[in-house]
Amino acid sequence: MTITTDERTHWSTPGAGPFLQVKDLQVHFPTDDGVVKSVDGLSFSVERGKTLGIVGESGSGKSVTSMSVMGLHKAGAAKISGQILLDGQDLVAASREEVRQLRGKRMAMIFQDPLSAMHPYYSVGNQIIEAYRVHNDVSKKQARAHAIEMLDRVGIPEPHSRVDSYPHQYSGGMRQRAMIAMALSCDPDLLIADEPTTALDVTVQAQILDLIRDLQKEFNSAVILITHDLGVVAELADHILVMYAGRGAEYGSAEQIFNDPEHPYTWGLLGSMPRMDRDRTERLMPIKGTPPSLINVPVGCAFSPRCAFEANTGGRARTERPELLDAGQAHLVACHLPQAQRLQIWRDEIAPKL
Amino acid sequence: MALTETTSGTADREAADLLTVSGLVKHFPIRKGVLQRQVAAVQAVDGLDFAVRQGETLSLVGESGCGKSTTGRLLTRLEEPTAGTITFEGRDISHLSEGQMRPLRRDIQMIFQDPYSSLNPRHTVGKIVGAPYRLQGVEPEGGVKKAVQAQLELVGLNPEHYNRYPHEFSGGQRQRIGIARTLALKPKLIVADEPVSALDVSIQAQVVNLLEDLQEELDLTYVFIAHDLSVVRHVSDRVAVMYLGKIVEIADRESLYSFPMHPYTVALMSAVPVPDTRRRTQRERIRLQGDVPSPINPPPACRFHTRCWKAQEVCRTEEPALVQLRRGHRVACHFPENLPLASPEA
Repeated sequence: MTITTDERTHWSTPGAGPFLQVKDLQVHFPTDDGVVKSVDGLSFSVERGKTLGIVGESGSGKSVTSMSVMGLHKAGAAKISGQILLDGQDLVAASREEVRQLRGKRMAMIFQDPLSAMHPYYSVGNQIIEAYRVHNDVSKKQARAHAIEMLDRVGIPEPHSRVDSYPHQYSGGMRQRAMIAMALSCDPDLLIADEPTTALDVTVQAQILDLIRDLQKEFNSAVILITHDLGVVAELADHILVMYAGRGAEYGSAEQIFNDPEHPYTWGLLGSMPRMDRDRTERLMPIKGTPPSLINVPVGCAFSPRCAFEANTGGRARTERPELLDAGQAHLVACHLPQAQRLQIWRDEIAPKL
Repeated sequence: MALTETTSGTADREAADLLTVSGLVKHFPIRKGVLQRQVAAVQAVDGLDFAVRQGETLSLVGESGCGKSTTGRLLTRLEEPTAGTITFEGRDISHLSEGQMRPLRRDIQMIFQDPYSSLNPRHTVGKIVGAPYRLQGVEPEGGVKKAVQAQLELVGLNPEHYNRYPHEFSGGQRQRIGIARTLALKPKLIVADEPVSALDVSIQAQVVNLLEDLQEELDLTYVFIAHDLSVVRHVSDRVAVMYLGKIVEIADRESLYSFPMHPYTVALMSAVPVPDTRRRTQRERIRLQGDVPSPINPPPACRFHTRCWKAQEVCRTEEPALVQLRRGHRVACHFPENLPLASPEA
């Protein structure tokens, strides 16, 4: 199903349930080489005041998901189906104009690279003012005062003079702050941060993560934090969704994912990264092989060609696609291994080596 | 494997310095106007002294703009130093011409950060990895093709991929191609400039393990340039922390990570996100204010004083020297942290 303009938006009960609910989302891109199934049956939800961390490697579909929520895919290029419910309103069925009204006001996005996400020709202040005036009926003067206030709020020094500076006159960390100010200018209920700190140095990264945390407390918005860095999600996220090849591999609270992960891919991610907080290990435990092509996703479990425990499933991993099922206490795992075996492998083989 | 003969004969000079650097300076001039007069200079590297020992991994860490990459390019003589000397195996190479440098390129090689731009897209893998033999006029035993295939196998690639082009490979595999090319002439010193930062975590671990295996097998010496402190801790024997063109702290890995002394090192380490939710509430993080100042006009005296929470008057007027405060641990700070107690450790 594609987005068409004549379909009417259907409202269900707003305010009830999670603020954002994604149900069986599929985003496919037809190309000359075949259909790229970037996202293929993904479901998750985020509540107000909570942070969902989406973790995965490049090509796992995390950015494509966030672009679909924001309605930023070019019409015609992507085939989107499933449901994206923002406060009860289905964004997949909504017209582009309706999504445009919501974008900026109810949902906003922070991009990875602030230099290419901001317009080089307009001053930072002008870009915030423009966004604010689209959604609010205020004079230029009021909007400018609001822009200065927002810049001050995100910690830009001397906001009165900085408001007239251009993006290239800001440092990397300040540009990221300015983009956060822009995203928050209309007080959105949902904030999507797509790799917000990847381009920044560690000391600046720490500042930006603190800022996002403080602002979320203040605005009580729902936040989706997309990153490949498990350290960053551990700092901020309440819940974590681990993605692999366009699908959810594991979902749980941050404590569940870090202390009792059950999916072999999550184990692999944890074993791949050297850690500052533990004794130095002699060797890292990488995941063998490389992520699959999204045109030719492996049959059955997409992770099975790289999985060390694939043999324990009795061949099911090669034939049947595992669903994301509840393993107890709202901890969802998409794996054919019996749960008792998963727990045992984690406890006896994986955890001691981390 | 084809490379076993290189590993002998080095055990007797194990702790010897392979490369020493003293007073190394690189300023990039900024020119303006019709006459292109020099109006200022980017002080990318400003007075470095260190040595790289045979067989070790020395890491250079720091934030963007601290001069770590420029240092790497100076060591491989891709840049001409403004002042100071670089000595490789007892020979001063600081101002050798390109022609004089060429025979030395066999011994000093570089691995680049971006595996997408450091491989020629119009050359096959065989041509890329075989290029060092061609340029150096070396005729390996059994022919270039056989040698290249041995290299590919060594770095974990399929030797049958000899005739493929770089675009047919993933990022991690491309980085392996770059490593195979680096190893072709059996170098002694490899400068690796952010070799894993462009790769996904799972692939990053594969390449880190590969670099460690190769070091052991071929008795390589690495200068590892990186910004990721967790990776650096994993790979290095010694670590030098840089800030605005200067080394602020240099120490053995254990000493640096257990007792960081320079406030900048302490702040850097506390800023690294840790994948453990229990730490989130417990640990205290040092928040550095602001950004790194411009290297065109760096702060006087101690360059870190503008962001340092311990800075006092003396930090603004007097530059701290890099002095040894613990065995194998040198720090440039007036008010270091984690000072050893009066009796030095056993």
